[in-house]
Amino acid sequence: MAETDPILSMRKVSKSFPGVNALDKVDFSLRKGEIRALMGENGAGKSTLIKLMTGVYELDEGQIFLEGREIHPHSPHEAQQSGISTVYQEVNLIPTLTVAENIFVGRQPTNLGALDWKKMNSGAVTALDRLNLELNVRRQLSDYSLAIQQMVAIARAVDISAKILILDEPTSSLAVDEVEQLFAVMRILRGQGMGIIFVTHFLDQVFTIADEITVLRNGHLVGDFRTASLTRMELIANMMGKTLKEVEIKSLQESADSSSDRETLAEIKGLGKTGSIEPFDMTLKKGEVLGLAGLLGAGRTEIAELLFGIAKPDRGEIRIDGKPRAISSPGKAIDAGFAFCPEDRKTQGIIGELTVRENIFLALQASKGWLRLIPRKTQESIASDYIAMLGISTPNADKKIKELSGGNQQKAMVARWLAIDPRFLILDEPTRGIDVGAKMEIQKLILSLSRQGISILFISSELSEVVRCASRVAILRDHVKIGELTGERIDENSIMRYIAEGAR
Amino acid sequence: MKIRERRRLLDRNVLGNQVWSLLAFAILLVFNAFFTPIMFNLEIKDGHLFGSLIDILNRAAPVMLMGIGMTLVIATGGIDISVGSVSAVSGSFTTVLLVVYGVPLGFSIVVGLAVATFLGLWNGFLVANIGVQPIVATLIMWVLARGIATLFANGQTILFENPRYEYIANGFLFGLPFPITIVAAVFILTQILTRRTALGLFIESAGCNPVASRYSGVNVRMIKQTVYVFTAFCAGIAGLINTANIKVADVTRSGDGLELDAILAVVIGGTSLDGGKFSLAGTIIGAIVMQTLTTTILTNGVPVEVTRVIKALVVVFIVLIQSETFRVKIRGLFRRNPHEASI
Repeated sequence: MAETDPILSMRKVSKSFPGVNALDKVDFSLRKGEIRALMGENGAGKSTLIKLMTGVYELDEGQIFLEGREIHPHSPHEAQQSGISTVYQEVNLIPTLTVAENIFVGRQPTNLGALDWKKMNSGAVTALDRLNLELNVRRQLSDYSLAIQQMVAIARAVDISAKILILDEPTSSLAVDEVEQLFAVMRILRGQGMGIIFVTHFLDQVFTIADEITVLRNGHLVGDFRTASLTRMELIANMMGKTLKEVEIKSLQESADSSSDRETLAEIKGLGKTGSIEPFDMTLKKGEVLGLAGLLGAGRTEIAELLFGIAKPDRGEIRIDGKPRAISSPGKAIDAGFAFCPEDRKTQGIIGELTVRENIFLALQASKGWLRLIPRKTQESIASDYIAMLGISTPNADKKIKELSGGNQQKAMVARWLAIDPRFLILDEPTRGIDVGAKMEIQKLILSLSRQGISILFISSELSEVVRCASRVAILRDHVKIGELTGERIDENSIMRYIAEGAR
Repeated sequence: MKIRERRRLLDRNVLGNQVWSLLAFAILLVFNAFFTPIMFNLEIKDGHLFGSLIDILNRAAPVMLMGIGMTLVIATGGIDISVGSVSAVSGSFTTVLLVVYGVPLGFSIVVGLAVATFLGLWNGFLVANIGVQPIVATLIMWVLARGIATLFANGQTILFENPRYEYIANGFLFGLPFPITIVAAVFILTQILTRRTALGLFIESAGCNPVASRYSGVNVRMIKQTVYVFTAFCAGIAGLINTANIKVADVTRSGDGLELDAILAVVIGGTSLDGGKFSLAGTIIGAIVMQTLTTTILTNGVPVEVTRVIKALVVVFIVLIQSETFRVKIRGLFRRNPHEASI
């Protein structure tokens, strides 16, 4: 504490909304040159805390000090002026403008009233240079990957005000190597004396990058911890307010794994599509969890889309129960007993305006055709069965699904597919963006479904999850399936080594 | 907090968005009760019902028919601005076949409706299979259909005397004007088709999130294709009523501008232009509100030039009051802390 005074400190801040105490007398502080992770389950108060310091909400009680001076930010703009910038999960930039324009939008340098392009471009180069980035600032932002776009957003934020940077779930849509890039940038900024607040769901990342961890639960401060003196289990336990029974999950898996000589459900031979995935072979056994690992963009989702008839393969075949079967549309895939929970829940999964009930029986209805409407009573019993079975927390089945939390939406998506009684379930990043507790539940669910004989293709960026759930892991690199690991050979290190060695 | 609770209750109301259009309708009726009570006079002559209210329903029939189809198109996230022109096509074909070529009436009607429906097939093909934006695809048809109608009639305005044809617009069935019977039949049929089958769910699902719907096995293309065909069919019937009503196939003016009335009826009825949840009953109410408004303005002796302005103002009001954001903002004006209102 003595080394540096906090650059930002919040004392006994409280905020309540009608019916909810979102934050109750929480203390928070951040020092210069420090990366502080803000952790907690959904609803713990992380975003409320951030919205208080960035002026989106106003305090009910408490004080905020910036460099010892009390501040009262009334808007994100004011907060930015005083030195607090935020970069959100979704990049809030304009893809069709150039990199330089994005960095300077809203504060463009002018010369006699005309845009000073020279100054803007060189200013952009300088701003990026601070992050050790070299880009062509005259190119359109959309020409660059999401990761780079995010760095541009950071460059913009840092260029505007360089005291405190808040990163709200910045890594959710980044691949492993891109996360590394981001971390490098964060370390540079830390070296320059910035205070960084890092909000994320990824535990691994917290242990890699954060110096300190602040944990919130139900609007209360649980505590501040030095990362070095905290174990993963302790952190999770603190966030959930209980100890996790990882043991329980492991034993579940063992019983699911007991038989390795299972019947074959489907055989995939030489399936491929030019420009998306090189031809690959794969065998799916009944009741097994097959993991699919690889960097983001390595072709994982492409495989899922080929198998589910969303993209059309240009070679190869799928044999189900020994017979070749053409899967040319999602409808055909469903007929074959396939189910697919896509990666992007918002745009590919939920139908936001429809009710939970309608979302759950939609795929089943689609497979029955439009003429034979499932009677209302059956709809209701299907919905309530799955709500109970999966523990979807919703006041009733007729609530619009967009009003549920991410984890509950995800469970409703799983329910949609369980309702068709699938033989083969593809889960693409089913645990992304949901809190630790819900993640554990989804993982348990995967294992118990496989025990009931459903084959599962489990795609995840979190290797620890893949290791925990899968009995076999197929590994992808640059749109090529480079190998498979089975049984005891599955662990995070060997998967990473596989990916890395393939890259050589 | 009290206001918040109250809002919740309203939102859970079974009538949903129709609450506001019904409210507008009620206000109009109350207004008339004071200023033009004559409007409520109903009488039975020769076993037929007459009166201003019946008149309103009768006049609104073509817009209601187009509105029923339009509701489904809008629910899928599309729009069809060609319905006015398409309605002229059915009128033109039926009349020309009947008068110029002497084809029997029944067959003429079937051909007229078939041609109109075919134009909907083309609209749907462009939107669903080629991926043309709905407003562009149907704008093309807006021009094209009018052209086809004019071409087939050789640019002529064709008068006719045919009691059976005129019956479509001026006849009575069960004591009610025949157009009202047609609307009722189409409405009930559509209601059954969309709510007693899964069609309604698929339409709403496709409109709300086409990608997720496709991923769930819904044949989104087929759904889109179908609603454009259906709308053109509805427009075809509306065209027959319009033509039979004035006993003239006026190819350049018949149905002109009705597409806008139909879209307004849908919007007033509470179906969002963003697609998703729809209400056929709402659209019917919307069409009635619009016609009541016109009749009210006219019977109160307001000059014709002013009517459009008044209509626009009332529509703006109804649409605004339906918007949740707007209601919250208005409420926010009466509160100390504007942030709370937006939570």
